[in-house]
Amino acid sequence: MPLTEQQIERYSRHIILQQVGGAGQEKLLASRVLIVGAGGLGAPAALYLAAAGVGTIGLLDGDEVDLTNLQRQIIHHTDDVGRRKVDSAAEKMRAINPDVSVRTYDVWARAENLREIVKEYDFVIDGVDNFPGKFLINDACYFERIPFCHAGILQFEGQLMTVLPGRTSCYRCLFPSAPPPGAVPSCGQAGVLGVLPGVIGSLQATEAIKCLLGIGDLLTDTLLTYSALTMEFRKVRVSRNPDCALCGPNATITTLVDEGDVACDEKGCRC
Amino acid sequence: MKLTVNGKEVGLDRSLLVRELLADRKVKMPEMVSVELNGRILRRSEFDTTALNDGDTVEFLYFMGGGRATHRTTD
Repeated sequence: MPLTEQQIERYSRHIILQQVGGAGQEKLLASRVLIVGAGGLGAPAALYLAAAGVGTIGLLDGDEVDLTNLQRQIIHHTDDVGRRKVDSAAEKMRAINPDVSVRTYDVWARAENLREIVKEYDFVIDGVDNFPGKFLINDACYFERIPFCHAGILQFEGQLMTVLPGRTSCYRCLFPSAPPPGAVPSCGQAGVLGVLPGVIGSLQATEAIKCLLGIGDLLTDTLLTYSALTMEFRKVRVSRNPDCALCGPNATITTLVDEGDVACDEKGCRC
Repeated sequence: MKLTVNGKEVGLDRSLLVRELLADRKVKMPEMVSVELNGRILRRSEFDTTALNDGDTVEFLYFMGGGRATHRTTD
């Protein structure tokens, strides 16, 4: 659909970029991105993708806003405490840009629902805080061949990698299976610098836009790690793993299954 | 012998197994780490059988969720 005069003005700083232009902006408006997790990573990704004019943005999260979220989940405001996260986030995205159609899924990602949802989208952002959820996104996107960007954060450090399923290394190539539950202490013991997911979630949004536009080099077969304390970014090359149980030649994972509870079950945990 | 561990040069008095290097580097929760040796992700069972050689490049890749704790070295 051709851009309206108001859209040409709104997106003028994109349109002026040679790699985007009017055609690129129209492409963004016709694109669909799913953000799984409306928390620390999902917040900046949702805000920037909405501002950028990604035409359809899906938000999936079964949680409600808690006071301890506000230190980093900047899409939620103080008055939103107690509201459903997807409603709180969708309201801000619509306020930033009425061009965007926001679809909300007030559920947890599970084996029985995720494939059906991801296949409606062109790109998926992994903004979940738990390992079963990360494996689920990786596997669902693999089976549906939807590109996605993984990210994780911890204290002062973050990591991300973009996956083109079946073509580049997947999350299971690096991490074959979820760590044992007992190995994961509660989030309250770990903490996270509030701005950290802002950095990493914004990088995920960057990857989404590049992938949708087909520009630049995606962060594939590479894990980017970031330390806020040393301000070091490192790229670690990660080849496809011939032992990968999902995308390797002798794959044993052939259907989507839950690896455990996707909601944190720590008492009082608000991760 | 010298190794490169997560981009930094590390000197060792003797050859170590991967499992021993994890301890030497004070990785508290090795079950939260994947190890890439010279570009190949090792199977967990190889941690106890793979000896490191001079000039090897090792990457400890950490499981990271959201704001949840995992492991982490002290450095």
